[in-house]
Parts: sequence; structure tokens; C-alpha cells
Amino acid sequence: MPQLSSPADLEQLRQEILSGRDAERPCITLCSGSACLATGSGAVAAAIAEELEKQGLSDRVDIRRTGCHGFCERGPIVVIHPEGICYLQITPEDVPEIVARTIREGEVIERLLCVDPSVNEAIVHESEIPFYKNQTRHVFGSNGSIDPKSLDDYLAIGGYSALSKALFEMSAEQVLEEVKRANLRGRGGGGFPAGRKWEGSRDAPDEPKYVIVNADEGDPGAYMDRSLLEGNPHSVLEGLIIGGYTIGAHEGYVYVRQEYPLAVENLGVAIARAEEHGLLGENILGSGFDFTVKVHQGAGAFVCGESTALMTALEGRVGEPRPKYVRSNVKGLWGKPSVLNNVETWANVPLIINRGADWFTQLGTEGSKGTKIFSLVGKINNTGLVEVPMGMTLREIIYDIGGGIPGGKKFKAVQTGGPSGGCIPEELLDLEVGFDELTEAGSMMGSGGMIVVDEDTCMVDFARYFINFLTEESCGKCLPCREGLRQMHKILTNICEGRGQPGDIETLEELSEVAIEASLCALGKSAPNPFLSTVRYFRDEYLAHIEEKRCPALSCKALISYHIDPEKCQGCMICLRKCPTQAIEGGKRTIHVIDQDKCTRCGSCLDVCPDKFSAVRKISGEPVPPPLPEAQRAIAGKGKADG
Amino acid sequence: MDDDRIDQIIDRHQGEASSLIQVLLEIQSEHSWLPKEALTRVSERLEVPLTRIQHIATFYKAFSLVPKGRHQVNICMGTACHVRGAPRVLDTLQDLTGIQPGETDADLKFSLETVNCLGCCALGPVVEIDGTAHGKVSPSEAAEVLKRYE
Repeated sequence: MPQLSSPADLEQLRQEILSGRDAERPCITLCSGSACLATGSGAVAAAIAEELEKQGLSDRVDIRRTGCHGFCERGPIVVIHPEGICYLQITPEDVPEIVARTIREGEVIERLLCVDPSVNEAIVHESEIPFYKNQTRHVFGSNGSIDPKSLDDYLAIGGYSALSKALFEMSAEQVLEEVKRANLRGRGGGGFPAGRKWEGSRDAPDEPKYVIVNADEGDPGAYMDRSLLEGNPHSVLEGLIIGGYTIGAHEGYVYVRQEYPLAVENLGVAIARAEEHGLLGENILGSGFDFTVKVHQGAGAFVCGESTALMTALEGRVGEPRPKYVRSNVKGLWGKPSVLNNVETWANVPLIINRGADWFTQLGTEGSKGTKIFSLVGKINNTGLVEVPMGMTLREIIYDIGGGIPGGKKFKAVQTGGPSGGCIPEELLDLEVGFDELTEAGSMMGSGGMIVVDEDTCMVDFARYFINFLTEESCGKCLPCREGLRQMHKILTNICEGRGQPGDIETLEELSEVAIEASLCALGKSAPNPFLSTVRYFRDEYLAHIEEKRCPALSCKALISYHIDPEKCQGCMICLRKCPTQAIEGGKRTIHVIDQDKCTRCGSCLDVCPDKFSAVRKISGEPVPPPLPEAQRAIAGKGKADG
Repeated sequence: MDDDRIDQIIDRHQGEASSLIQVLLEIQSEHSWLPKEALTRVSERLEVPLTRIQHIATFYKAFSLVPKGRHQVNICMGTACHVRGAPRVLDTLQDLTGIQPGETDADLKFSLETVNCLGCCALGPVVEIDGTAHGKVSPSEAAEVLKRYE
């Protein structure tokens, strides 16, 4: 391995890599992010290698297994270069045809293309698919073109040029000034300006100093940090080394969840490659600057995403937050100045150094600059990771990129900011996303989770779900969070189960106030948000549960019943066979009846009742109609032709 | 798990007390749970009191102080899976296995665990059995999948 000992060495290696690459040489890239792996990307990769071999093309076609492309709904994704032909939802069975027709003959296989639903036209290139077309993929865009395990691939797209520039053309003060001028705000939750955080550490007199990557991505429904670390680990490392240089730290840590094995693996490979090349370690690129990185795996505790808890966990102890009388950038890990930033924040740093703060601040709103990656999930047609400029409206993200709500259902709310974020209703869909805008609407940016829910989601149950999550994840150190959340969860459960009482909402509001005022860390302080935002926008749903014992979304199990409409039932026996508790009586061509005492409200009957009958329905807030007398249940006079 | 193997793991971390969590994670990943003898050995070698090790082993979710079943069933209860019907799937899994999340059945066949987001939200609801993800499962499909495991 060549040790690079000057910026010229780096540029020479980059030129060698580029000149060794033929832009016209066919290359099949295959998304191998976690979501695509779960849908069979591994088997597709094996099939491609096998088929190329079989057709004698192995030495003429490259295969590149890349990180997440973002369009997880339609994976596994295959893009064929140099043409850039994009095929979606590929199975191993499709591979022989792809190799024979597209690779050999240059033909496009229409049935594997993405179809634009608005004009019903097949789209050949990835960049023209509406899901991608409306995004601005500065941070996340390289994922689709590099193999995360290959340093050469990263160098080929200009990797480590920002590091070289920072070390040789800029003083630490200039780097700091650039990051401050870019107004880069933390992408992990709080939105604190990264430049100010760095400055605090730089100015702190204590030594040694540390820089840390927060990759303890705990928010359920958010996986952008995972995809960045899995798909482009060098970009995060490059940002971290620049950060270390700026504040005067020589040691960095990456705190990553052990639930992300692929991220840990790819990061480990990236660190090893960077060390071999002299991009990490002693005297980086001959600059005299030393820097090493250690990976620390988290052991499963949501609260460890909180800065002080994370640092306590790094020290090998129980991850409980500590008071921040002195901020952790002055007294953090081992009591020393420590800068902790999220994965996405670090990955933005090389871009700012390379292209400058002026370029960075062109995008975004007054208070929020640059782009942000969101994970758009839930009841949405195009589930996936999307990167958009700050200031794009929720409506554009959900409808233009996300493709709207599936199944003809009605949009109800979008939940942003993770468990302690809030729900934003339909009337605020034209809200521009940014740190301050979302906070004003009673939610927050958080790490960028965006969970879309439709009319089938009960907002009381949704709030109960988040409060339950936070109750379980509360470390238990301080009382308002430990006990307050437990009580809130109890009351919300009562409401969902039909035991709600007048005054419950007021009690919940009071508990919320105490948790916000008196909790030690951000987990407790923001924990009441799911309740506060749903009661602010969906108070009528709370009242329906409490006063009428009715769940308007027909979701809360204790408040709904399943009923088979005798007018519609054709006695087909499908639901009767699927019912796990044998709660359905009836027989062939005999109207089925649900025994309400045996029914566990699992909903299997509704799932399986054929659409043409649609005989099963949910009811809430009214009594179940009495069953037909047995004598009248036979379905007479109807031939098969009617069915 | 013998002491030699534990010593190897500890040596790899240069025997530093701050690497306690990493050492426990490695033991857990090899042995699938943390037997008392292993914790005692770690305590001696790293010179960390056993009470602190117990505190850590019970605080973090990754650790188990009881043996695990032959098949690890993880059901994702992340928000995306939640709104797509994961609670109904969990009810079915509980009924079929007769255990609650965090428990292992008496025959050591299944261990059931709820997890918060596996990062495959496009596939929700997701049930992961022995590392294989089963996506878009309905309660009745989950029951079918479970039958395939012995």
C-alpha cells in the first residue's frame, strides 16, 4: 500500500485511479444497503456474477455493490453504467435477461423500469425518476456510485481533497470560520450550530481534546445515519479528521449501535484503508498532524444518543446523562473538551471545505442552511431516504417525492423528529421544513424521521406508543421523566382502552409541564411532545375516546368490534378458516357470524375477506347488531354465477 | 464458555476497564448470553466490581443474563412498522409462542424480543428470525413463518 506523504501524492494516486478507469466500460451497480439486502440483494449479486461468468463477460463487465440508493420501497435496485439504466425490484430470475439483452445488446428492458404513475410512462434513467428528480443529493448522492469498502472509489469522486485542503491551504482558524459562516447546524436533534460548538472546544484550555461521531441512531423509523455509514463511511471519517484538526484533537471516536453490523463492518474497513494510506494515524499526508479513530459499539440504550450519556457510555459505564452546568464541549469525555456531532453533520463538513460556505448557504432558509436527509416512512407510496434543501415544504416531500398515500387513503398527519417530536396535521402541509419552523409548529427536526400516517392511525394510540417507548427508554435517573412518563402512559392507555375520564387531558398537560421543566436531559424535557402536539391538533379524537368511548380511526382494540355484514357475506369460509381463535361460526354458503366473546380483534377476517364482498367491517362507539337467527343464515337462491 | 476464551477477548482490548461494554458485547455475541462465571472472570481480570458489571448488563438491552432459545425472533416495533400494523403481529406471535417479549420458552425453542427499528421501513411490518428479515407480514403470515422453525 502506498503511504501518501504529501497532497501531491494524494493527487497522483487519484489520477492513477482515474486513468485506470474506463468511463465507457460497462458496470452493473447493485444496491446492497440493509433494506435491499433484506429483499434479496445478496442473491441478485450472486446471480449477476454467475451469469456474467456463464456468458463469458466476467472480464469485460464490472460489478459494484454500493450502499443505499434511498429508494428502499422498490429495491433491490440495479443501475447499469455507462448508460445509467435503472431497474427496480430485481430478482435473480431477471438477471439472465439483463445480461443477455442490456449488457450484450444495449437494449432496455421495459418491464423492469420505473413507471411514472402521473403520466404512465416508463423511465430509463435513475435521475429522471420523480422520487430522485425532486431531491438535491449533495451528501447522500455518492452512495449510489461507490463501493463503501473501496477507498479507490471514494478517491475517484474527489475524496479526501477537503482534508488535504484544510491541512495545507487553511489554518485551523480558517476552517472554523468557514464552518461558522456556513451556519452548519447539528443534524442529530438539537440543531445546535456546529461552528460554535467547535469553537468552545478549541478555546477550552484543557488537553487532550476529543471529537466524536454520534451514530447511536435510536429514533425508530429513521435510518439515514446508518445508510451514510454503511454506504459512504469515508465521508464521515474525512469530516471527523477535519474537525479534529480544527479543535486540536488527536483522537476520535465513533459511537455506533451494535444493531448496525454492516455499518460497523464498513467503518472498520474504511478506517483500516485510511490508515494504510496515511490518511489516518501519524503525520497525515505529511502535515505533521496526528489523528486516530476508535469504534465503540453501543449496547442498546436509546438514551445513549444524548450527548452526556453517550460520553459516559464511551467511558465504559452505564449511559446515564449528567447535568450540563458546564457544556460537554468544555468538559466531556473523561472530563475533557469533546465535540460530539451526528453522522450527517460530519459528512457535511468536507462539502463545506471543498465548495465553501457561500455555496453551502445558497440552499435553505434563513436559519437552516444546506440540505437535510429525511427518512420518509409509514403510510407512503415511496418509502425511502430523501435529501432535500432546507425550506422545501412538507407537501412537496410527501406528494412530489413520496408519491402520496397508498390505497386511496386520506393523509392525516406527519410525525417528525423521532419519538419526542410531534405530529403535524394536514392544514400545515405547506410548512417549510427547517429547525425553527418545525419547532414553532410544535414538533422538531430531530434526526430527520418523517413518519406519514393516514386515517387508520388513532392519534391517541400514536401518542401512547411514543410515550411508552420513552418510558421504557428512560434511564430512571430523575423523577419527572421516570415517574411522570409512567403516569402519562397509564392515563393514555386508559383512554385507549375505554377507561378515560373527564379531567384526564388536564392531568396529562400538568404532568407534561413538570417533565419539561424539571427533567435533567433532553429525553425527559421533550418526552411530552407526542402528547402535546396530538392534543393540540387532534383534541376531538381524545374527546371521542373519553366521552363517547369511540375510536374515530377504528384502531383501538378495546373500543372496536368486527362485524360481518349479513347482506354482503357470501359464506365463502375464507375468514372462518383464517380466524386464529375460531371465533367465526358458519359453513359453506351460510352467513358467517363473529362470536364477540371469542374475538381477539386481530383483524385477520378483515384482511382476508375478498374485496368483491367486503363483508367485514369495524365499528366503534355503537353496539354490534345482533346476529341473525340461525334459521335465516342460509344463502339461498344465489347461484355460483353471482359470487 | 471457558476462561481462556474470555481472557483472549479481554486481551484484545488491552485489558482496559473502559472497554468493559465492548468485552461484554463480544462475549454475548459468541455465547448468546452472559453466564455468571463469565461475568466473574471479567470482574477479576478488569478489576471492576461485579455489582457494576451487573448494573451494565441489566441497563443495556443487548445483554441477556439467561440462556436464549434456538431461534431468536425479533419483531420490529419502530414507528413505521407500528403504523403498518406491527402490534397485531406481536399479539399473534405472543399467542403462538406463549411468551412475552424478553422471554424464552421452556423448550428453549424461541426467544421473543421487540426491537425499535431495523432500518427496513419499506418492508414494515418486519419480523426477523435468526437474522433473516420477513417483510410486510400480516398476523396470519407471521404464524405461517413461525411454523417453519423447529
